Amino acid sequence: MSTTMTITPEPATSDGIGDKPVLRVRDLQVTFTRAGKRIRAAKGVSFNVRPGKMLAIIGESGSGKSVTVRALMGLLPPSAKVAGSADLDGQELVGLSDRKMRLVRGQEISMVFQDPARSLNPTMSVGAQIVESVRTHRTVGRKEAAERAIELLKLVRLPAPEKRFHQYPHQLSGGMRQRVMIAIALASDPKVLIADEATTALDVTTQAQIMELLVDLRERLGTAVIMISHDLGLAASYADEVLVMYAGQVVEQAETSELFANVRMPYTRALLEAIPQVSRPSHSALTVIGGHPPDPSQRIEGCPFRPRCVRATETCVTAPALLEHDAGHWYACWHPVTGDPREETES
Amino acid sequence: MSEPLLSVRNIVQEFESRGPGGVKEGVVHAVSDISFDLMPGETLGIVGETGSGKSTLARAVIQVDRPKSGSVVFRGEDLTGLSRKELKKVWSNFQMVYQDPFSSLNPRWRIEDVVAEPLDSHRSLSRQERRAKVRELLDLVGLDPDTYLRRRPMELSGGQAQRVAIARAIALDPAVIICDEAISSLDVLIQAQVINLFEKLRVELGLSYLFIAHDLATVKQVSDRVAVLYLGQLAEIAPSDRMYETPRHPYTRALLDSVPGLDPETGVAKRPITLPGDVPSPLDPPSGCRFRTRCPFAQEICAAVEPKLEPCSGGGFVACHFPLDDDGLPTNGHPEGAKAAMPA
Ligand SMILES: Nc1ncnc2c1ncn2[C@@H]1O[C@H](COP(=O)(O)OP(=O)(O)O)[C@@H](O)[C@H]1O
Ligand SMILES: Nc1ncnc2c1ncn2[C@@H]1O[C@H](COP(=O)(O)OP(=O)(O)O)[C@@H](O)[C@H]1O
Ligand code: SF4
Ligand code: SF4
Ligand SMILES: [Mg+2]
Ligand SMILES: [Mg+2]
Repeated sequence: MSTTMTITPEPATSDGIGDKPVLRVRDLQVTFTRAGKRIRAAKGVSFNVRPGKMLAIIGESGSGKSVTVRALMGLLPPSAKVAGSADLDGQELVGLSDRKMRLVRGQEISMVFQDPARSLNPTMSVGAQIVESVRTHRTVGRKEAAERAIELLKLVRLPAPEKRFHQYPHQLSGGMRQRVMIAIALASDPKVLIADEATTALDVTTQAQIMELLVDLRERLGTAVIMISHDLGLAASYADEVLVMYAGQVVEQAETSELFANVRMPYTRALLEAIPQVSRPSHSALTVIGGHPPDPSQRIEGCPFRPRCVRATETCVTAPALLEHDAGHWYACWHPVTGDPREETES
Repeated sequence: MSEPLLSVRNIVQEFESRGPGGVKEGVVHAVSDISFDLMPGETLGIVGETGSGKSTLARAVIQVDRPKSGSVVFRGEDLTGLSRKELKKVWSNFQMVYQDPFSSLNPRWRIEDVVAEPLDSHRSLSRQERRAKVRELLDLVGLDPDTYLRRRPMELSGGQAQRVAIARAIALDPAVIICDEAISSLDVLIQAQVINLFEKLRVELGLSYLFIAHDLATVKQVSDRVAVLYLGQLAEIAPSDRMYETPRHPYTRALLDSVPGLDPETGVAKRPITLPGDVPSPLDPPSGCRFRTRCPFAQEICAAVEPKLEPCSGGGFVACHFPLDDDGLPTNGHPEGAKAAMPA
């Protein structure tokens, strides 16, 4: 499949280790048509994911995070038009027939969602659901599949796996259900595991447990993980690389430590300043920006963040391209934040 | 020192739990003997994991669900002794703001009528007075009255709808606003706006808040004091600065350790330290200290004797046999604390 591209980021991969990306997404476009309007939900998203690494996609709700990964999974409704390219270990995912996609989905690339209660079948035991998942991907007997299921439950460190095997979803806590979902997602040894807000509904203690598990699996199995979150602290704590989305576009991208140490995009900076910190004294005012993200059905002139940006000038009427301005650090902005962050809050 | 606005004493709330098919499973110990005061103009944060009893406690305080036992004294009057009719009058002093603003806004009404609803049932205002009051309220919560008066809830974003819910909550000049996860489902940038709005209203209207949330950083941001709940009991209650700097209860410490940190100045992240295990069932809470099944410092006495809430160093109260010192080590002769105290 041929694609026309203006920019081809090779995000933070030039470290020479030779880890070839397992997934290369280029200029991914997702457009919905609803009530005669064109909704451009993803507008040329590009990124790489390498084996054993975790990429975090962050951004406000509606910024196009879920749509992007659902496009990779072939999970969008028929009303969605997908263009661009997504190369999973040599196989092009964009334009794949439903039948072929079903083989890839769950097998090579799988996904865990925010609400495990809704993804699990309430009338089936946990074990039966994992066995089913094992058997859709491999031709194995019942007994062998059951053994593999127990193995998977051990892999996700579910306490008392033999007992849990026979239990139903309602008998498990939210954290345990999410472990079961991860076990199901791992049943086929996928190359890429996507966690879409997988810990958002969990308590902070359970969230830490699940993130620890994902990080550990990534290392032990060499699985590439894409985590989607609106929580910057979570991304900063666990991900190897971070990609910030705004209005369906990637606006900033770098290795995690580089990105947060040298935030360039005014949007990322605004997010960072708006999150409450346990280290801040009580009743200190948070720095906020007004406005809201643009309506995805409206055509945007220039930088999408312009109406809310404190640094905007006439130049910003022309859309800035996503470019590698600093080594391994990509951003789309004419007037990036520089140096001392305190200088910024004055302006 | 001023009198507390609200004195909550020994609240107990229990529910009968039924399994599949309505079979009795046992008693859920949702709130077990919780006491606290709320001072005028104070914000008391309430944190704890899902199911720890935060919402149940709030509902018991305002008597929406009558507690099994305990008392709630508001401005010298015990609410537990009031009839439903008497309660209705008191309720205008308490307003709740919930997580999902849309669920509390009638989708068919215009914003003007949504905000005026409490005024209509408690005050007799002329049409002009009513409109003027609604305009004033919308202004106060940062919504342009000319734009929003005629809109309906469906035409609002989550953040705007939450502002409308807040405008309605302050319509009757309440003394206490109870926020039950009121900002949990909003995006960071909107969340920050609503937090700043709560702070502005606190200063301008002298409001007191019970601020329930599971996000510890948000709670720190708005609270003077914080109460930590675990399985229906108070683990610790203390001035927020002290609690977040030097947690005395091992559970408070574990909660704080679980928060992913990110220093906005340096960009350095702090990866959480995980607390293993799950919260035990409230149907059969552990004997003695309810946290003992997950506590790294548990000793024999923790299973045998329930720790009482006691004053602790630096301010506040903690329910633990071996409260942590400023270095995070257990005190009261706990073997680990004693070991560390020994000269090398
Ligand atoms: N099935 C759909 N039909 C029309 N628009 C959609 C559909 N799914 C998502 N969108 C729109 O695409 C945009 C991006 O949505 P999404 O990817 O879910 O955001 P995020 O995951 O970042 O919160 C939103 O404006 C949303 O309304
Ligand atoms: N009406 C009810 N009937 C039975 N159990 C209840 C009821 N309300 C709450 N509970 C139980 O009481 C405990 C505390 O719940 P809740 O107060 O909602 O916790 P939180 O708000 O901290 O998440 C939970 O175990 C919950 O399942
Ligand atoms: S390009 Fe201009 S408007 Fe856009 S983020 Fe940069 S400074 Fe702001
Ligand atoms: S009383 Fe014992 S088990 Fe409970 S928190 Fe204190 S040390 Fe831990
Ligand atoms: Mg999403
Ligand atoms: Mg609750």
